[in-house]
Amino acid sequence: MKEHYLDNSATTQVSEAAAQKAFELMRTKFANPSSLHSMGFEASKELESAREITAKAIGADVSEVYFTSGGTEANNLAIQGAADAYRRTGNKIITSAFEHSSIHETMLYLQKQGFEVIFIQPDSTGCISAKDVIDAVDDKTILVSIMHTNNETGAINPIREIATGAKRKNPKVIVHTDSVQAFGKTEIKVSKLFVDLLTISSHKIHGPKGVGALYIKKGVRVLPRTFGGKQEKKIRPGTEALPLIGAFSVAISELDVQKNTEIARELKTYLAEKLSSMDGVTIISPENSSPFILNFSVSGIRSETMLHHLAARGVYVSSGSACSKGAKSHVLSALGIEDNIADSAIRVSFCKHNTTDDCDALIEGIREGIENLARR
Amino acid sequence: MKEIVLIKLGEIALKGLNRFSFEDALKKNIKSTLYGLGYFKVSIAQSTIYVTPKSDDIDMDEVCDRISRVFGIVSFCRACVCDKDMEDIFEKAPDYLEDALTFAKTFKVEAKRSDKKFPLKSPEICREVGGLLLEKFPHLTVDVHNPDVKVIVEVRDFGAYIHAGSLKGAGGIPVGTGGNAAILISGGIDSPVAAYMMAKRGVSLTAIHFASPPYTSERAEDKVQRLLKKVCRYAGPITMVTVPFTKIQEKIKDECEEELFTIIMRRMMMKISSIIAEKYDCSALITGESLGQVASQTISAIACTDDAADMPVFRPLIGMDKEEIVQISRKIDTFDISIEPFEDCCTVFTPKHPRTKPVLRFVRYAEEDAHLYDLIDEAVENVKITELRQSD
Repeated sequence: MKEHYLDNSATTQVSEAAAQKAFELMRTKFANPSSLHSMGFEASKELESAREITAKAIGADVSEVYFTSGGTEANNLAIQGAADAYRRTGNKIITSAFEHSSIHETMLYLQKQGFEVIFIQPDSTGCISAKDVIDAVDDKTILVSIMHTNNETGAINPIREIATGAKRKNPKVIVHTDSVQAFGKTEIKVSKLFVDLLTISSHKIHGPKGVGALYIKKGVRVLPRTFGGKQEKKIRPGTEALPLIGAFSVAISELDVQKNTEIARELKTYLAEKLSSMDGVTIISPENSSPFILNFSVSGIRSETMLHHLAARGVYVSSGSACSKGAKSHVLSALGIEDNIADSAIRVSFCKHNTTDDCDALIEGIREGIENLARR
Repeated sequence: MKEIVLIKLGEIALKGLNRFSFEDALKKNIKSTLYGLGYFKVSIAQSTIYVTPKSDDIDMDEVCDRISRVFGIVSFCRACVCDKDMEDIFEKAPDYLEDALTFAKTFKVEAKRSDKKFPLKSPEICREVGGLLLEKFPHLTVDVHNPDVKVIVEVRDFGAYIHAGSLKGAGGIPVGTGGNAAILISGGIDSPVAAYMMAKRGVSLTAIHFASPPYTSERAEDKVQRLLKKVCRYAGPITMVTVPFTKIQEKIKDECEEELFTIIMRRMMMKISSIIAEKYDCSALITGESLGQVASQTISAIACTDDAADMPVFRPLIGMDKEEIVQISRKIDTFDISIEPFEDCCTVFTPKHPRTKPVLRFVRYAEEDAHLYDLIDEAVENVKITELRQSD
């Protein structure tokens, strides 16, 4: 049976070259980058070259990139670390109601710690309105964290407008964005976004799992969450996961944002057109959402049922976000989507390897599902 | 959108008949610093240097960043190129100025019309462009006396340029117009700052580094290379001469009084450096010494080391506090590298109580008794040469 992997926002296949790099760094250049001998020196050169590639990809300086174990850790470090560093200047934090769970849960934790956390609801277009965020900013606000691209619907938020507006109102505000679903899928330049902190992850762009990075603008303070050695300037101690970091940097150098976006856009248009013509299918993704994500719902058939039905036909998709499997999506409820539609939501996410063949297999599977599966 | 950089010259404009050689050096340095970023036309007219990129895909942020570190430039601006008609200016101005106006509260528009055939007069240009910007950016108000951002529209012979005011240049005079000198660099905080300061006065640099393996490691040498690459961003390409220093240091340790170790070591460095400097066409040495900072930098100690040099020794940091030096090292981005904890030649074998008031006569005797001079030739013959530039 031919397999059709359409769950690339959950994770992607590691590229050949990235895997090779990891292998080389595990078997040949395996020394500890902090070791003083020449083998350690070789390893540290690999680390710094990976940092340079990563920095360049987001228009940052090499000294502003800190490697972490992935998006979740980078988000935790950014939010908790900045809240801790700036808690003396204020108590208010602004975020959106449809963040990834690594932000959402961290915010709930900070709320328990005594911070006032404001959750901005998405507007009628399914995105966060810059005005709503800016209106909430006041003298006591220390941090704003709004995700770049939503992982479930693909909604793209106006980060630049949010950052500039918030800073115009209170120049001391630190702005973070979770760019995990945007990195490699749209051109990112930190100086154009005006953000202070930005999260990226490797395994969404054909790199290995277990590695990501946090951009910390020069002069912005983030206090560490873990303590240990001097790695990553003591902000994120622990022996660097060089094989993963090296492979991440290879995946970054293989990115062709423009070309990949075109591929995804064509597939999304193709799929959306076919789906809209089917009875009982509602498109959930907002109009100008990321070309890499299409969220839709098949009336009356629970997400999980459809997912298993499709998987049996070699078509792999996601119900909501893979990070919160089983549970009801807080993202979709924040969007005010009725429970019966949210319960049957399916997320399709593309990468450069997908073709219309994959879309056809999906459509065929959905058609069969609509005909054969028991409705509630 | 097509962009160019307009560069205003500094002290150079005051030079008399030498002016052209200064301008040529500056043009050459600008081209050199932009190496690897694409193709540019660098031309000069009316005390302004025009840097025009020859293709559209050039990273202008990086171009301006690099130009901001070229000595001999007082100020420069990054401007958008428009046709000489108001329609084109209207179309491009709001987009181009968006970044600059985002955090401004107030602004004003200034027009410079050197092409008098342009149909609108300067005040009219100001009024029209100002009105448009107010409409597009409702958060702004006009303040003609003390604006946050000054928008400038220049109508010149070959086109119209819009920009949001000048940026500060690095000052100083163009590297290469002040002769050549050799900087003695160990890896600490001071020497890169000293190198930067002399480059600012137009001096081309050669770097001399003393390595003592196995007491010092390849990482210490790599650290020095990274420091020099940072300095290259200001000083242009640098030739680094690495001198094998182990034998000499061991011999000093075996033969001389412990208290005199540092002073004799520094004299040997001066002797070797003088020979190398001459080979590389340098007419002075540069060190990062600051009076009283450590035992080897007291007046008597400096007198002893100075005696060993065969050419003038520049010590641009001599009257500066550590805090002031650190401030510059942060500015030129060498501080974080300098504080990396690798042993360098100056920290190997340091005596517990170095002599702070050495007497030159006795130091000379001790040095002669130690039979060090034979080792100098050997060290000079076995140097390693590395060519460095800001990025490779």
